Amino acid sequence: MSEVTQPRTWPREGLARVPYWVYQDSGVYEREQERIYRGAAWNFLGLEAELPNAGDFKTTFVGEMPVVVTRDERGTLNCFENRCAHRGALLCLADRGSAKEIACVYHNWTYDLRGNLTGVAFRRGIKGQGGMPEDAQPESQAPRKLRVTVFCGLVFATLSDETPPFERYVGAEVAARIRRVMKEPVRVLGGYSQVLPSNWKLYFENVKDTYHASLLHLFFSTFRLNRLEQKGGVIVGGEGGSHVSFTMMRTDSSGDEYEKAGMRSVSGGYRLEAPQMLESVDEYGDGITLQILTVFPGFVLQQIMNCLAVRQVLPKGPGRTELVWTAFGYASDDARMTERRIRQANLVGPSGYISLEDGAATGFVQRGVQGAAAHASVVEMGGRSVESSESRVTETSVRGLWQQYRAHMGL
Amino acid sequence: MTDVELQLAVENLLARYVHALDDDRLEEWPDFFVEQGRYRITTAENFERKLPLAIIYADSRAMLRDRVSALRHANIYESQRYRHVVSSVLVERLEPELARASSNFQVVRIMHSGEATLFASGRYLDRIRIDGSGTRFEERIAVLDSRAVDTLLAIPI
Repeated sequence: MSEVTQPRTWPREGLARVPYWVYQDSGVYEREQERIYRGAAWNFLGLEAELPNAGDFKTTFVGEMPVVVTRDERGTLNCFENRCAHRGALLCLADRGSAKEIACVYHNWTYDLRGNLTGVAFRRGIKGQGGMPEDAQPESQAPRKLRVTVFCGLVFATLSDETPPFERYVGAEVAARIRRVMKEPVRVLGGYSQVLPSNWKLYFENVKDTYHASLLHLFFSTFRLNRLEQKGGVIVGGEGGSHVSFTMMRTDSSGDEYEKAGMRSVSGGYRLEAPQMLESVDEYGDGITLQILTVFPGFVLQQIMNCLAVRQVLPKGPGRTELVWTAFGYASDDARMTERRIRQANLVGPSGYISLEDGAATGFVQRGVQGAAAHASVVEMGGRSVESSESRVTETSVRGLWQQYRAHMGL
Repeated sequence: MTDVELQLAVENLLARYVHALDDDRLEEWPDFFVEQGRYRITTAENFERKLPLAIIYADSRAMLRDRVSALRHANIYESQRYRHVVSSVLVERLEPELARASSNFQVVRIMHSGEATLFASGRYLDRIRIDGSGTRFEERIAVLDSRAVDTLLAIPI
């Protein structure tokens, strides 16, 4: 049987294998939009701090579906499809702004900030001529409203009534680690996007992959920011697709496991001339210098020393992903703390000392598996199951992603 | 220094800067700045909203040298080069030895595969010190027109 006509069945090894067609197949991609993004999942929309005042709005996406997020005059956050009931045009064209109502530019149909259709231009015609029939029900095609939840200043939405309450969805331990970082009101420090030449799942796996961190990213290991022999762990939460990994820096910087194994990621004698970039303070009093947290299907919360950011992972086709970064600090930060966060932001983003490789590495997989749809990747570090681990030489949270993914997709 | 001489001195600095980057002479890059020179790449969106986040941020030659040594020894990225095109250089004298300049840039990125794309466009906002020791940036802000960067931005703009 040719590769093309083979049915899409998961390898019998289960979570220890990820078939390459899952990153390539346009039918799989369409099904993800329906089963995951428009299904029983919490999609990250942004920080509550992005919409501080009544009337503030932003536009973003739930999967590929365009949505508007608003704060209405009662102060409540809303999310609805960015699609006019009339002809389906985008309602809101701006990335962000402030408004009392939302009007579609095409035929000036108007909506309130909760997404209710409030006006149809010339609905009764002009001087008895034209207009809609009495029994017309344009409201029947109104933009769909999403259920919104705000957890510690993070805004998520779902189209499904079945999606469990957020805390149950991510699990108590992951929820506690969100609370740890989102401990007080935050202030946005800026943002940018990184367009990745790969399937969204390759990026989401990358973030969960604690095994690669100190092997691909030399900057980390040379400066002993995340040596695997340091203390830390991985917690898998909810249905498997949410996780948190954490590292306590300098608890053991004397180990020489890397040197003994002759790893590429350690080169002797490399030192910073301006190490003040890494000068940091323990804001949480727990010695955790690095915490990376994900919520299925597309949210990342990052604490790398004092560099805090959220990342929204947006699929843009089977082989393309947009990563939307928003850096933040606390509203109580003084100028020195803000300066510290901005300096440390050199570590992340498209030019990040410890993240620029990720943009490329996921693309290397996307390109490497062309022609290998019937083959699969080997995900057996730390065993074949999904469980929390004290070791980070594990792919347990990657397997956790596939556990939840397969449940949603029926694969 | 007359206005014409100032214009030429600034344009010469801008030209030498992009030739050094495009010729992969990254080690020379920090020397285009004064010792405590500031450099950052940001987006028009952040810049206009007065948000401080940068894509690259440095406030000394030492930090710029760290960036070069990370690119040479630590960071992994596919072989690529840039071709900068700089134009429309406006110069304003602030003090006898200090000028402000703004200019436009486009950067074509050429991958080892031959793929060439318009990687970035934007403007440089510069404060330039001109004294007996030469012409150098006190501050250079590269403001990208787009908020999106394709894959990664390794070589400076």
